[in-house]
Amino acid sequence: MTEIADSAEGLPGLPALPQLDSPRRRVPPTGAKRSWQTGTVTEVRQETPHAKTFRIELEQWQPHLPGQNYLVRLTAPDGYRAQRSYSAASPPEDPGVVELTVDRLPDGEVSGYLHDHVSVGDPLEVRGPFGGWFVWRGDRPALLVGGGSGLVPLACVLRSRAARLAAGQDAAPVHLVAAARTREELFYADELTGRFADLTTVVLSRQDDDASGRPAGRLRAEDLLPAAERLGALTGSGAGADVFLCGSTPFTTAAEQLLQEVGVPPESIRVERFGPS
Amino acid sequence: MSTFSQGFTGRRGRDPRLPPGQYDVGSSFPVLTAEATPNVSAATWTFRVDGEVAAPRTWTWDDVHALPSSSYEGDIHCVTTWSKLGTSFTGVSLDALLDQVEVLPSATHVLAWSSSGYTTNLPLADVTGGKAWLVWEHEGAPLTAEHGGPVRMLVPHLYFWKSTKWVAGLRLLDHDEPGFWERNGYHDRGEPWAEQRYAGD
Repeated sequence: MTEIADSAEGLPGLPALPQLDSPRRRVPPTGAKRSWQTGTVTEVRQETPHAKTFRIELEQWQPHLPGQNYLVRLTAPDGYRAQRSYSAASPPEDPGVVELTVDRLPDGEVSGYLHDHVSVGDPLEVRGPFGGWFVWRGDRPALLVGGGSGLVPLACVLRSRAARLAAGQDAAPVHLVAAARTREELFYADELTGRFADLTTVVLSRQDDDASGRPAGRLRAEDLLPAAERLGALTGSGAGADVFLCGSTPFTTAAEQLLQEVGVPPESIRVERFGPS
Repeated sequence: MSTFSQGFTGRRGRDPRLPPGQYDVGSSFPVLTAEATPNVSAATWTFRVDGEVAAPRTWTWDDVHALPSSSYEGDIHCVTTWSKLGTSFTGVSLDALLDQVEVLPSATHVLAWSSSGYTTNLPLADVTGGKAWLVWEHEGAPLTAEHGGPVRMLVPHLYFWKSTKWVAGLRLLDHDEPGFWERNGYHDRGEPWAEQRYAGD
C-alpha cells in the first residue's frame, strides 16, 4: 500500500501517495475496442428460483478475464434505453460466447425484462468485457468469497481454472466460500457441490446444511479460516493471496470485517458490491 | 444501432434530471467501492494539498470546519447507471482550500487520493469555480464510513467515482495522469450527460 505512486516519480521532494493497485497488482489494458454488438441468445437455463443464465453468441467476441463484466442494453420503441452490467459466468476458454447469470430483482427494469421476455433465438445488445480490478489472472493464490449473485464472477474463476488445468496449463490454488440463504437459492449448487466440491465451502444462512453438517447461520470465522490459512491469505504468510469478495452491500460489509478479524490484511481484499445499502 | 428490444417499454415518467442511460434509485444510496472500507477517524483525518502550489499545506478536521461551510443540493450520478436525485451534502468548497495554497500557473490537473490508496484524476477546471467540495454531511447527518466518511470529495457534475471517498489529499500536477479507475478501463473525465463511461467513449 505504500509503493511509489506514478505521480511521485516526476515530482521530487513530494511524499509518495499510497496506491491501491500497485503496479504488481495491475492488469494491463487489452487496448481492444469494445463497441455495442447484437448477440444471439442460444440457451436459457434456470439456476435458482430467481436466477437465469443466458448464453449469448457473439460475433465480435474477445476473451475476458474471470471477474470482468458485460453491459446489456435494452431499447424501447421510443428510443428510451436502460443498461446494466452483469459478470461473465462462462470462462474465456469457452470461445465465441458469454454466459450471464441474471438475478431477478424486485421491480428490476432490466432483470425483469430479461427473465420474462428473452428466450432462445432472441437478439440481445451487449458490450464488453469491462473491468480491470476485480479480475483473476491465475498466477496468485486466491480466496473467493461470494454471496447470492456475487457467486457469478467467482464461479467463472473456478471454471476457467478447471479449463486451464485440463489443458495442461498452470493455475494457482483457489478456494471458494459460497454463501446463500438456502440450498435452493445457491447459485450453481450442483456444480459447486459436484465437480468443485473440494474447492468450495458452502455457507447457508437460513438452513442447516445436511451435506456438511454446518448449522444455519451467517458467515463465520471458521468458514473462512481453513482456506485462508491454507492459501496463505493471512498476515505474515509470505507472498500472500488475493481475496475476491463479491455480493450485496450487507454481505460484503460483514465479510470484509470478518476477513480482517481472522487476520487477512485489508490491502489484499478486492471488493465488488451491488445493490442498495 | 437500431435494435429494439421486443416488448421493452422501460419505466414510465422519466425524470428530465436523469442523464442518458441512468435510472433513479429513489431514497436508497448504493455503496460501491473496490476495497475494504477503511476505518478513518475524524480526530486523525488530515487533508493535504501539494504539488504545483507555492504553499503546500495540511488541514485537520478542526481546520476545515473553521472555513465557511458550503452545501450542494442536487443530483449525483454513478457510472454503474444509478442516479440519486435531489440529495444534499455539506462541507466546504474546494475553492476555499485552493485559495490558501497559491496554485501555480503550471497546474493543469489534480490527482485526488485516499488513505486506502484510491486515486482519481481531474482537470483543475473541474474542481475550481464552485464545482467541487470536501463534504462531511449527507442530508443533514454525518457522512458514514461506507459512503466515504468522515470526509469525502464531491464533484457532482462528473460520474461519482471522481468523488473520492476517505479523501486525504489533492496533488496538483502540470499534466494529466490517470487514477485508479482511469487505469482500469474507465473514461478519463466521466461526464454523465456525454455518457463518458469507458475509455474511448
